[in-house]
Amino acid sequence: MTRASSKRAAAAQAAEPDFVQLLTPDGQRVTHPEYSVDFSDEELRGLYRDLVTVRKLDAEATALQRQGELGIWASLLGQEAAQVGSGRALREQDMAFPTYREHGVLYCRGIDPIMPLGLFRGVDQGGWDPIANKFGIYTIVIGAQTLHATGYAMGVAKDGKVGGDEGESVIAYFGDGATSQGDVNEAFIFASVYNAPIVFFCQNNQYAISEPLTRQTRVPLYQRASGFGFPGIRVDGNDVLATFAVTRAALDNARHGNGPTLIEAYTYRMGAHTTSDDPTRYRVASEVEEWQAKDPILRLRKYLESTGLIDEAFVTEVDAYAREEAVKLRERVLTLPDPEPGEMFKHVYPNGSPEVDQQAAEFAAYHASFEGAHS
Amino acid sequence: MRTTYREAVREAIREAMRADSRVFLMGEDVGRYGGAFGVSLGLLEEFGPDRIRDTPLSESAFTGAGIGAAIGGMRPIVEIMTVNFSLLALDQIMNNAATLRHMSNGQIGVPLVIRMTTGAGRQLAAQHSHSLEGWYSHIPGLRILAPATVADARGMLAPALADPDPVLIFEHGSLYNTEGELPESIPTCDISSAAIGRTGTDVTVITYGGTMPAVISAADELATLGISAEVVDLRVLRPLNDATIMQSVRKTHRAVVVDEGWRSGSLSAEVSARITEQAFFDLDAPVMRVCTEEVPIPYAKHLEEAALPRPERIVRTARELVGR
Repeated sequence: MTRASSKRAAAAQAAEPDFVQLLTPDGQRVTHPEYSVDFSDEELRGLYRDLVTVRKLDAEATALQRQGELGIWASLLGQEAAQVGSGRALREQDMAFPTYREHGVLYCRGIDPIMPLGLFRGVDQGGWDPIANKFGIYTIVIGAQTLHATGYAMGVAKDGKVGGDEGESVIAYFGDGATSQGDVNEAFIFASVYNAPIVFFCQNNQYAISEPLTRQTRVPLYQRASGFGFPGIRVDGNDVLATFAVTRAALDNARHGNGPTLIEAYTYRMGAHTTSDDPTRYRVASEVEEWQAKDPILRLRKYLESTGLIDEAFVTEVDAYAREEAVKLRERVLTLPDPEPGEMFKHVYPNGSPEVDQQAAEFAAYHASFEGAHS
Repeated sequence: MRTTYREAVREAIREAMRADSRVFLMGEDVGRYGGAFGVSLGLLEEFGPDRIRDTPLSESAFTGAGIGAAIGGMRPIVEIMTVNFSLLALDQIMNNAATLRHMSNGQIGVPLVIRMTTGAGRQLAAQHSHSLEGWYSHIPGLRILAPATVADARGMLAPALADPDPVLIFEHGSLYNTEGELPESIPTCDISSAAIGRTGTDVTVITYGGTMPAVISAADELATLGISAEVVDLRVLRPLNDATIMQSVRKTHRAVVVDEGWRSGSLSAEVSARITEQAFFDLDAPVMRVCTEEVPIPYAKHLEEAALPRPERIVRTARELVGR
């Protein structure tokens, strides 16, 4: 990088990004000409409870991994508002396609939070019903789900389920790193030319493992949408109100038959990429501190306190609630049984297959040969 | 000098980059992070970002760009994080790198080296753990290497870079922490022959790469039972070095092929077929295979271990062959 270009990059980073914001990092409520929310007091308190709870459950999962109880965990720390804001914007009929980090959206869909822990403990390969819960399986392959979501949305349109208030929308979650994948760009093209009822929700958490945003793009990510022929918008992803407003509008737009939107939720991954990663190898502490000041939970708390919607007693009660949920989660995780060794032969084919069946039988005989083996 | 497999690969890259300014390394997380498996730690500091290139998350792009740079006279080393991710670059590898010499009437070669991690054993589940080097060894135009030892991890890169055609090097993830002795002066390494990992007389066990430790452990166990196993390390999966395999089989008259790939339609099937074609009348027993169970690699640790070729299965199979 030349000196001039590194200066430009530094200047671009320092500049306040242009995004939709309804709640400043200090907890000041600001207005936007196009986007607003009209939450009741109870709903606002509910959002706060959601944010605190998903953070606490996530911290518990990270701790369980550190104690050897989960194989791996991808923490959502720092991205709670992006996930709760968009997750609460979903209507019951809307379908979501997550990555492997959308524990907050999963929570908002009403799915038992133990499900992803069972997955990462190796107990099952994902216990929730994707169709009944309108929440797809966790996708590990980077960006692949954007194509699945696009195809699903094309099916929704073909079924005639768009065009009114009760229309169905699809939301595809992915990260900044995924925007460099061919799959994601091809999903943009398909969604565009088939006018699919889909919202592409990119949580730009600034890093793809170690690769910084500058290694994925020279233009703000949301601006890419214009090249594909649909609108793109950037929202403060640490602002739960703005994220809700922008996502709800994009979903409504899609359900009315007006096609896709790309939302770039500008946020920050406060933790590691996964528990296998050590972020101190590629980012400096001062950058993390800068983002700590923009914490999504703190700003909502400040706002609700300043307006008198919550008091210290409420905050204490929510903390206690979240802690209790985390303890319950831990206790349940520790009782999850290991799968039987023969389990690996299941679900290769729905009705078996000669090769697999033969190996399963051989394996069962081998396993039974051990003293004290249970069938 | 005692060193790890990981350090051996790193030293090989370092040496190649010092020796030839046309060599550079490109891939995801190879720079500041030092590689997903820590292979390139410290290289960015020594060679700078022009030669240790962090890329966007675009496997097809950085593999295709590697092809272009190679055609243009560079000697790129492309690192793909895992073999599963290489499927995103399969069109560039198979339809482009492997065919351009043929499709250009011999005018264009692609002197590109692609390194990638392969295999299971680290609880990374079915989308990060497969052993697909057998697939790649199906493709004419490629040379496929699978270093199993620290010496090969150290030695294979230089001849791979000198090769006028694309070379794929598969580094098994479970080998990076293994240790071995290296001489101060690195001897010339060939990338055309198989090696005898251990001499024996009763049964030939043929393997490569990540299953080598399981095979050595099985051979130790067999020795305690009075069975002398000869271990063939294939090293080069394409082109296969038939002579070394047949020489061993003609001596022991029995063969077991151990492969972390699946059995159906596999490299182990190819080796077995060649033995049947070329050494049928020297065999005292059918050629047997120990492979990974035909399931996507399980995520749960105990299931993953159960799915892979274990020393116990190798021992059992070898004993069946020798009848002891």
